[in-house]
Amino acid sequence: MDAAVTLPARQAAARDRSFDRIRAAAEALVIPIGALAAAMVIFGVFVLVIGKDPLEVYALIWKGGFASNFAWQNTLQRAAPLILTALCVAIPAQAGLVVIGAEGALVLGGLAAAVLGHALSGGSPLAVKLGMALAAMIIGGAWVAVAGALRHYRGVNETISSLLLTYIAIALFNHFVEGPLRDPASLNKPSTMPIGEANMVGLLPGMDVHWGLVYGLVFCTVCYVLVRHTVQGFALRIVGGNVRAARLAGLPVGALILASCFVGGAAAGLAGMLEVAAVHGSANASLIAGYGYAGILVAFIARQNPLAVIPVALLVGGINASGGMLQRRLDLPDATVLVLQGIAFMAILSAETLYGRWRAFQPRGS
Amino acid sequence: MSIDPRRMSRRQILKTLAAVGAVSASSSLWLPRARAADKLVVGVIYVGPKDDYGYSQAQAQAAAAIKKMPGVTVVEQEKVAETTDVQKVMASMIEQDGATLVFPTSFGYFDPHMLKMAEKYPNVRFAHCGGLWTEGKHPKNTASYFGYIDECQYLNGVVAGFATKSKKLGFIAAKPIPQVLRNINAFTLGAQSIKPDITTQVIFTGDWLLPVKEAEAANSLIDQGIDVITMHVDSPKVVVETCERRGIHVCGYHADQSALAPKSYLTGAEWNWLTPYNTHVKDAMSGAPLKNFLRGGLKEGFVKTSAYGKAVPEAARRKADGIKAQMMKGEFVIFKGELKDNAGKVVVPAGTAHKQTDVWLEQMNWLVAGVIGKV
Repeated sequence: MDAAVTLPARQAAARDRSFDRIRAAAEALVIPIGALAAAMVIFGVFVLVIGKDPLEVYALIWKGGFASNFAWQNTLQRAAPLILTALCVAIPAQAGLVVIGAEGALVLGGLAAAVLGHALSGGSPLAVKLGMALAAMIIGGAWVAVAGALRHYRGVNETISSLLLTYIAIALFNHFVEGPLRDPASLNKPSTMPIGEANMVGLLPGMDVHWGLVYGLVFCTVCYVLVRHTVQGFALRIVGGNVRAARLAGLPVGALILASCFVGGAAAGLAGMLEVAAVHGSANASLIAGYGYAGILVAFIARQNPLAVIPVALLVGGINASGGMLQRRLDLPDATVLVLQGIAFMAILSAETLYGRWRAFQPRGS
Repeated sequence: MSIDPRRMSRRQILKTLAAVGAVSASSSLWLPRARAADKLVVGVIYVGPKDDYGYSQAQAQAAAAIKKMPGVTVVEQEKVAETTDVQKVMASMIEQDGATLVFPTSFGYFDPHMLKMAEKYPNVRFAHCGGLWTEGKHPKNTASYFGYIDECQYLNGVVAGFATKSKKLGFIAAKPIPQVLRNINAFTLGAQSIKPDITTQVIFTGDWLLPVKEAEAANSLIDQGIDVITMHVDSPKVVVETCERRGIHVCGYHADQSALAPKSYLTGAEWNWLTPYNTHVKDAMSGAPLKNFLRGGLKEGFVKTSAYGKAVPEAARRKADGIKAQMMKGEFVIFKGELKDNAGKVVVPAGTAHKQTDVWLEQMNWLVAGVIGKV
C-alpha cells in the first residue's frame, strides 16, 4: 500500500531535483553571459566616444576571432598557452589560495625543458619530449609549491610571494640564458642550445595549431575530475572553504595545499615546455610574453572552474586575435582590446554578487 | 506560414541557428576591406607602441612615409610579442588584408617566426630588420635590412666629448650583445677623439623596455657626477626626460627625442628606414626580385643624426660635421688599431682597420679601454 503512494512521490522529487540542476546550470550561464553583454555595451560607449562605429567594431571582433576557419585557428593558437597558465591560478584557488605566479613557473619550466631537450637530443624523440614535459612540470610545480609552503609553514601571503617569486624566476632565467647556458652562436638574441628539429612538438593534423592545445584540454579535464569527483578533491575544496574546519576534521591541510600548488605550477611549467618545444626550439627572452599574467584573468572569469577555463581562454584568445583586425582596419590603438578585457573582467567579477538573487534560478525543492 | 516557437521541433531550431551562423560567417561581404586589386598592401609589425620615441617609432615613421605613396596601402599592428602571436599577425595580414610585402620589424621575429611564414607563403615578400639573412641558408622571399648606426653613435661621442666637463659619460644599455657593445665602443671612441682620458660608465638594465630601471640608472649615473648620457634601449623616452629634469646633457638614439629635452638634447643617432622601405616597396610594385640584403650607414642613407641642440658649441658642430663628411665619403674607419679592451688586452693590433662591412665587428664581445663595465 505504501509503495503505491511513495513511488510517484519519489519520481516527482527526482524530477524536481533535475529541474533544480537545470536552474543552477542556467544561472551559471546567464549571469556571465549577461555580464559580457553589459561589458560589450559599455565598451561600445567608449568606442563611440573616440568616434568609431561600435557595430563595426563588434563585427570586426567577430570576424577576427571567430568568423572563419582561419580566425578560429588564430583564436585556438592564442588560447592554448592561456588554458595551462589559467590552471596555475584555478587549482590552488580550490584550496583558497590566490596564486599569481604562473609566469615564473612558465619560464623556469621552459628553461628546464630546453636544457633537458638539448642534453637528451639524439635519443628517441618521444622519450625526449616526455622527458622535457616531465622536467618542465616538476620544476614549474616545485616553484609554485614554494609559495604554497611559505604560506602553510610561515604564514607568508601567497599572492605576494608568488608574484615576487616570478621576478626571481625571470632574473634566474635571464642569468642562465645570457650566461652559463648561452649558445655561443646566438649573437644578438641570447638563447640556449637548440633542442633539435626532431624533438619539436608538431602541429595538429590539418591545422595550424600545435599539440599544446590538446595537452591543455586534457590537463583541464583531468583537473576537473580530480577536483570534483575524487575524495582528495573534495578534501581540497574543504580546505578552501574553511581551513579550520578542515584541520578539525583531521585533513592533511599542508599536503593538500602543497599538492594543489604543485599541480598548478606543473600546468604552467608545461606551457613553458610547449613554448620551447613547439615554438622557439630553445629558451630565450621571447618566453617572457605575459602568458602567466593573462592566465590570471582567464581563471578569475572562469570562476576558478577547471573546465570553464577552456571557453574563457577561447574568448580571451579570440579577443586578442581580433585586436589585430581593429588595429589594421580601424587604426585603433593596441590598448583597445585591453580596455575591452578590463571592462569584461570587472563586469564578470561584479556579477558574482548576483548569484542567488533571482528566484527563477533557485532550487524549488519539495 | 507562421512560426510558433513553442511548436518548433529541435530540427527546426537547429536549422534556424545554422542560418544565423551562415549569415554571420558571410559578414566578410559587408565589412570594410583593406584589400584592393590594384593596390600593393604592405603589412608592418612593431614590437612596441608606434609612438615610443624609439625603436618602433623609427619604423613607424618610414611606414607613414610609404603610406603616402600612390598605390600603396599600409596595415600596421603594434605591441606584437615575439611568439606565435607574430606568426598569426603575419598570416592575418596576408590572408585577411591581402598583404604581399610584410615588414616584421623586431629582431626576435626572424627565427623561427618569419622563416616559418615565408615557407608557408612563398609568394609574399618578407623584409626583416636586423641583418640576419644569409645566402643559401634562408629563403629567397625573405630579406634583411640594417644600418651601421655606430657611425652616429661615434658622432654622438664627439659632441659629448665637447660637452662634458667632468669627462665622465654614461651609457644605459639593455643587453651585452654585439650590436649594443659596438655602439658603446663607438660612442666612447668618438668622445676620446676629443679628450683621450674620457671614461664611459655602462649600466646594463637586462631588457629592452624597463622604464623604471632606466630612470633609476640615469639618476644613479648623474649622482656619480656623469654629465652626458646616451643609451641603447627600445624607448629612450624616460632617460631623455630624466636628463632634462636633472639638467645634464643627453644624446638620443633610434628616433629624434629633442622635443622631450629642449635644453639638454645635444644630438642623436637615428635610423632612416625610409631608404630600405622605399627600395622594397618599389621592387614589389614593379615585380623586381627582392633584394635580400640591404645595409648601409650615413653614406647610403640608412642612418642619420638629429639636428644639433642649442647647447652644442660651434667648435663641436664643426668637428662633428667634418667627421660626418668623411663618413659620407666612406673614408672614415671607427675601429682601427691599436685598440685595447678595458682589461688591457689588444683587440685590434696597430695597422689593422676594420671597415664597417667587416663581419668581424658583428661578433664584438669586448668593451674598449675607458669603458667602465663588464660584458
